[in-house]
This record gives sequence, C-alpha cells and structure tokens, in this order.
Amino acid sequence: MPEKVSESPVQFEYEKQKRKEEMKQQVITFALMIIFTIIAFAMVASGLDKLFVIPILLVLAGIQVGFQLYYFMHMSHKGHELPAMMFYGGAFAAFLTILALAALVWW
Amino acid sequence: MSEHDVLNPGQMPQNPEKATLEGKNKFMGFWFFLGGEAVLFASLFGTYLALNDSTNGGKSSEELFGLELVFIMTMLLLTSSLTSVYAMYHMKNNDFKKMQIWLGITVALGLGFLGFEIYEFYHYIHEYEFTLRSSAFGSAFYTLVGFHGGHVVFGLLWIVSLMIRNAKRGLNLYNAPKFYVASLYWHFIDVVWVFIFTVVYLMGVL
Amino acid sequence: MSTLVATNKKSFGSTIWDYLTTVDHKKIAIMYLIAGGFFFILGGLEALAIRWQLVQPMNDFVSAGFYNELITMHGTTMIFLAAMPLIFAFMNAVVPLQIGARDVAFPFVNSLSFWLFLFGGIMLNVGWFTGGAADAGWTAYAPLSTTSPGQGVDYYVLGLQISGAGTLMGGINFLVTIVNMRAPGMTYMRMPLFTWTAFVASALILFAFPALTVGLFLMMFDRLFGSGFFDPSMGGNSVIWQHLFWIFGHPEVYILALPAFGIFSEIISTFSKKRLFGYTAMVFATVLIGFLGFMVWAHHMFTVGMGPAANSIFAVATMAIAVPTGIKIFNWLFTLWGGNIQINTAMLWALGFIPTFTLGGMTGVMVAAASADFQYHDTYFVVAHFHYVIVGGVVFALFAGTHYWWPKMFGTILDEKLGKVTFWLFFVGFHLTFFIQHFLGLMGMPRRYWTYLEGQNLDLGNLISTIGAFLMGVGTIVLLINIIKTSVKNEKVSGDPWDGRTLEWAIPSPPPFYNFKQLPLVRGLDPLWIEKMEGRKGMTPAEPLTDIHMPNNSFIPFVMSLGLFIAGFGFIYQKQDIAWLSLVFVGMGITLGCMLLRSVKDDLGYHIHKEDLKKEAGE
Repeated sequence: MPEKVSESPVQFEYEKQKRKEEMKQQVITFALMIIFTIIAFAMVASGLDKLFVIPILLVLAGIQVGFQLYYFMHMSHKGHELPAMMFYGGAFAAFLTILALAALVWW
Repeated sequence: MSEHDVLNPGQMPQNPEKATLEGKNKFMGFWFFLGGEAVLFASLFGTYLALNDSTNGGKSSEELFGLELVFIMTMLLLTSSLTSVYAMYHMKNNDFKKMQIWLGITVALGLGFLGFEIYEFYHYIHEYEFTLRSSAFGSAFYTLVGFHGGHVVFGLLWIVSLMIRNAKRGLNLYNAPKFYVASLYWHFIDVVWVFIFTVVYLMGVL
Repeated sequence: MSTLVATNKKSFGSTIWDYLTTVDHKKIAIMYLIAGGFFFILGGLEALAIRWQLVQPMNDFVSAGFYNELITMHGTTMIFLAAMPLIFAFMNAVVPLQIGARDVAFPFVNSLSFWLFLFGGIMLNVGWFTGGAADAGWTAYAPLSTTSPGQGVDYYVLGLQISGAGTLMGGINFLVTIVNMRAPGMTYMRMPLFTWTAFVASALILFAFPALTVGLFLMMFDRLFGSGFFDPSMGGNSVIWQHLFWIFGHPEVYILALPAFGIFSEIISTFSKKRLFGYTAMVFATVLIGFLGFMVWAHHMFTVGMGPAANSIFAVATMAIAVPTGIKIFNWLFTLWGGNIQINTAMLWALGFIPTFTLGGMTGVMVAAASADFQYHDTYFVVAHFHYVIVGGVVFALFAGTHYWWPKMFGTILDEKLGKVTFWLFFVGFHLTFFIQHFLGLMGMPRRYWTYLEGQNLDLGNLISTIGAFLMGVGTIVLLINIIKTSVKNEKVSGDPWDGRTLEWAIPSPPPFYNFKQLPLVRGLDPLWIEKMEGRKGMTPAEPLTDIHMPNNSFIPFVMSLGLFIAGFGFIYQKQDIAWLSLVFVGMGITLGCMLLRSVKDDLGYHIHKEDLKKEAGE
C-alpha cells in the first residue's frame, strides 16, 4: 500500500524553489536545442560536402534527443533506472533494425 | 489510500504522478511502451532508408523537399515540447490553472504543426502528383511521416480530452499520472521528429 | 459494495457475463487456456490433414491450393493462437501469485489483451469461410503474399495485427507487474525462474512485436491501398518484409521457449525436492538468450544473398546461443542429480523434454552453419528441426504446466494414469513423426510441397511420420478425456498438493479472488520451502490485515476489441467496394469511443473491508 507522501509547507516551498532552478536549466536546454537545429539547417543550406555534413547532422540529432530524454523527460531524475534500461533496450533493437534495413536490403 | 484521498489529496505530494501505485505503474508502463515505440519507428526509418532512392522515375527527395516549411514545423514542435515541460512544472507546483494554460499553448503549437504537415502533403499530391502509390519512395515517405503525424493527432486528442475532463475539478492523484504520461508521449513525438527532420528532410536534400 | 458473494453459486448467464467483464488475472488465465486449447486442437487438425495428404505418394486427399492454406494456417495458428496464448495462460495464472501480488499492474489492459487476441484469432480464421484462408506460408513472404488472390492473406494481416496489439500490451503489463508489484522481500534474485523467464520474454515481446506491427502495416498498404514497399516494379524490395518478419520472428521463438524453460525449472526443482541448481547462472543464461536472440534473425535468410560477411556474423551469433542454452541443460541435469526424484506426469514431460530439446538444439547448430544451410534450407530437415524445438520445448512445457498448475487453477488434480498415457502416446508419436523427417530432408524432400513422386525412397518415411502424427492426436484426445473426467469428478485438493516451494502454493486452490489476504514476507529463494523447513505452516504476513483494494470489472475491453474486429472487415473489403469504408469508421469509432470513455470515466476500484475478510475466515 502506498503511504501518504504529503510534505510540510516549508518543504513544499523548498521543492518549489528547486523546481524553479531546474526550470531555468530546461529553458537553457531548449535554447541549445534551437541553436543546434539552426546549425543543422544552416549547414545543409550552405551546400557543404555531404560526407562532412551527414555525420555532424546525426551527432546533433543525437545530442538533441539526449536533451529531450534527460531534461525534458526527466530521465536524469532518480526512479528512472528501469525506464532507462527498457528505453535503451528498445534503442538497441532499433539500431540493429535500421542498420540491417539500410545496409543489407540491396546487398 | 482511500478513493477520497486520491481525488481530494489536500496537500499535493512532491511527485503527484507517482504517489499512488496506479500512478507508479502507469509511469513505468508508459516508459516501457516508449521503448517499444522506438523499435516501431526504427522499422519505419529502416524501410525509408532502404527505399529513399526508389523513385521509380518520379520526383526524388531533392526535387520535392523545401527546407523553409520544415524549419517552421521543427520550431513549432520543439517549442511545444518546452511548453509541455512548463505544464508539468506547474503540475508539480499544484498550479492547475497555469498547467492548463501551458497545455493549451502546447495544443495550439501542435495544431500549427499539423496544419503545416497537411499543407505539405496536399502540396506534394497536387503540385507534384507525389502519392503513396507513385513509387516505393512515396510509400515509405508517407508511411513514416504519416505515422508520426498520426501520433501527433492522437496526442492532441488525448491532451485535449484530459484538459476538458478535468477542467472543473482540478488536479488530484488520479489524473496527475494521466497528464504526466500524456506529456511523456508528447516529448517522444518530438524525439521522433528530430530524426525525421534530420534523416528525411535534411539528408534528403543533400 | 459487497463482493464476497462472488464465490456463491451463480446462474449460467451471470457466469458468462462475469467472464466477459472480468479483470481478474486468474479468470483471464482460464480464458486464455480455453481459447488457446481450442486453437491448438484446430491447428492439430490442420496438421493431421497435412500428414494424411502426405501418407502416400501422389495422394489427392486435398488439392494443392487447399494444402497451401493448411500449412499456412497450421503454422500461424500454432505459433500465434495456440502457443502464445497458452504461455500467457500460465503467465497470468502464476506470475502474480509467484511474486506475491494481488493482480497484475493493469488488470483492465490484461482483459483487453485477451479480447484482442481472441478477436484477432477469429479474424484470421474467417478466411476459411470467405473463399480461402491465407495461403502464402506462415512467414507470408512477398511477393507470394502480396499477389495472393482472394482475401485470405488480408485476414492474416488484419488478424495478426489485432492479436499482436494484444500481445504487446500483455508484455508491457507483465514487465510492470514484475517490476512494481513484488511482495516485501521478493528481490529480483529471489524470483522463481518462471517469473524471471516471463520477465525476459515480456521484454522480448516489447522489442520484437513492433517490427511485426510495421511489417503488417506495410503488407496491408501494399495489398489494400496500392503502395509499393515490396513491389519491384515500383522500386520496392521484398527482402524488407523478410527482415521485418524475422526481426520479430526470431525473438518470437525465445518468447515461447524461455517461459517453457521456466516451467521446466519449476517442475524439475519441485519434484527433485531440491533448490534449482545454479539459480544465478540460470537467470544469467535467460537474460543472455534474450539479448542474443535479437542478433540472429538473419539466419533464417542465409540463402537470400546477404553476402558472406553478413552470413558469417549471423552464423557465429546463432551458434553462441548454444552456450547459455547448454548452461540450462546442465543445470537441469544437476538439479536432478542426487535429488529425491518423484516421477509423475509433469515430471515425465520434463524428463522427455531434456533429450528432445537437446536434439533440436543440435540440429540448430547444424542449420546455423551458413554454408551447410544452403543444403538444409527449405527441406524437411528444417521442418524437423523447428518442430523438435517448438514441440519438444514449448508444447511439452505446456502439457507439463497443465498438469503441474491445474490444481492451482481449478482446485482439482488431473488423473495421473491418463496423464501418463497421454505422455507416452504423444512422446512416441512425436519422435515417430519428426525424427524421420530429418532424413527425408537430407534426402531432398522440400517443405511446403503438397505431394511427392513414387520410387524416390520417400514413401516409408512419410508413412511413419503420418502414423506418429496420429499417435499425437490420440494422446491429445486422452488429455481431453482426462480433463472432462477430472472436472466431472470435481475432487478438491489442498492448496499445496505437490509439496511446492514457491509462493503460489502458499494459498488455497483455486486462490480467492484477492489472492493473498495479507501480503507475504519473502525471506529467500523458494520462500514457501524456507518456511516449511523452519516448521511453519505457511508464509509470515508482511502487513496487518487491512482493507484490500480491488479493480472494477469492465465490459469496455470486449467492445474495444470488437470495434477493431469490425474495422478489419471494412479495411479488407473497401478494396472491392468503397462503401465498405463505412465499416472502418464504425469500428474505429467504437474503439476510439471506448478509449475516450475509459479515459474520462473515473475507475477507482473498490475495497474489500477487513471485517468481511475476518468474517470469511471465521466461516
């Protein structure tokens, strides 16, 4: 049975303050995501070499997804060990699937 | 915890979405589901990558895609992700009104995204006669992007029905997990879009 | 809300209504058992028709086209509609009890999973009555499947889509149940091995089924909406289907086999009166098999032409699976060694399983050798191999589990004498049927052909094989007689007829609908055995007697599944007449409406009051 997890008003204010700090981080994360997106679009628009641009695009996408998962979806908080495990399990299967379909289909 | 406590918690706990066993289960189960969704979209991405050159003599991705529209769509969806973070922030502060406002903004941005996507599809179909049936590339493109669009539609319907259902009674320990997993779903939609704009559109015009 | 009346006698109609709306994992388990058993018999009849067609050269018992439908539906039915639901039957019946929980994490979703499976299964079989069932093989390779005339393959696609959705939900449900609902003291490394295998199998379901979902969607779009994923004339590629199907299909083998291993681990340990040898290694091997199971799918495609590099990688990864499987085989043998062995029906199946499955594993390593596989591929050697693994592993486990857990599920015990008759008939019949097929395959008999010529030395082997198949059929009939006899006799047994070790034996048979009056305190592996060894009668409670929270019954899962069933027909027939599209809207409207209803209507469950519990105990 889940016990009642109410907190005192003082603690509530403390947590609220903490959440406010975290919210600032979220906004910074968001700003970085926007910047990365602009860099990605700009690189493609500038007409640089394909082999140079594609790896950078993928890295930028990877970082953005990391931001989403760890900051926006709070995977950095405690209590997310199993969600992380299962999500990375899915990501692993996803990686193998994409690799095979992209590399093996037209062999 | 009795029904009364769940619906009228008085003082909200620190993590209202995980305060009840049902909430804990929902939270865990929904994350696991997202792990499965990752494979679902990977299968679609893999299919797209295998078929993105199979234009069957029709339009190719370089000829079709314009970056301006995609950039606007990306900004809309990215911003909606931040606004749903704000909504959850206010949920944890037990400020129901502000949560509803931010969710409302999220829905508005999502609708904007959806509008552009529908315009984009309409444009391709009528200007270029590029459809699901024109080539294997067309099939793969509409299926991948359409699946994502379908997720957006479902997410919007979900969030809106939660907002309307709870508009009068405010937050409690029964609906907090519902709001929380709906916001997780919305973030995941954004995760998928990051890969779509990178792999489909940006790499498509290179 | 008074609830303890539920145990009183009820009219037939109210019993039916109770099962249609139930969210109780034990009742859902019984429904899975009945529906899975029905499809098992259906698939068995299809198998007998196949064997009768092959009993002699150039036989004309069935036409070539009907033969294709038979083999397709036999494979599909046995894997998706018999083996999977029967595994789910035992997972539902046992896992919550083994971890000391009162139900699964999402009782509503549990019921939804069952009804989706059942409606999907019915959908698959509707094809028989509308001009022919699916006939492109259970693997439904394109372009055979995309160009197959009629609606058979459409029913295959929609049916599997619906039942697959149910399975995915079931997988998530069991993952969360095992993560969140374990009783106090039940740490991960104290979980019974069946629960562990159910956990890993559920994770495999979660990661494997989405690939099938996508594959089926692509197939559906190709067949019904004119897309070109698998159509080379539009630039498509049929190999994509093969990859997606086997990315799902190979983990599926382990989704079935791992819980089977779990069932045998419980049985061997119980009837050897010994703690499972190498428990930690068993858990490790289970997880490792699950992990490796995802990296081997392309060994089904060695002859597709993926090139020597890819073939080698997948061949080596496949052979690596023999290592954790070997660990398991040895651990079972060491559990038996020096044990106080009691041989009853369940144990007979377990003892029959070890050599049978080892044979299947051995031929598995043979077909994993990519270069040799060019000879074995698409011959009866492969048919023999996978029947040794699936029947010798999974079906034996299902029979064993039926005998082992029947007392827990129904409160009666299956007749031992008839049980042993079933075992020997089925066991001998099985080896007669499939051992000879190795040689038929090596002699060049291809699979999926509806007949063969005289004078090619295939006659005798096929005759023996058919005789064996009918022995298996007789064995199954004896089991049915056994079940009827036991149910009519209705002799109740105690909660712990086998002198068991795990938590499910600590409560009455069948368990009360709330399972545990007080959640038990778990103090180690084989928790009930520990208490027995210390002279206690049952588990020590971990909590005082309090009100028990229970979920409400609901009719929504049934209606939600029915909606998808209706929409399925709309999707299939809109190709001929666009008016049928209205059925899609009706069906999807019903399903989405149910989802909305479920979302907006508060469903907080109810409480059984401790006064009622006390009163019940006093009776």
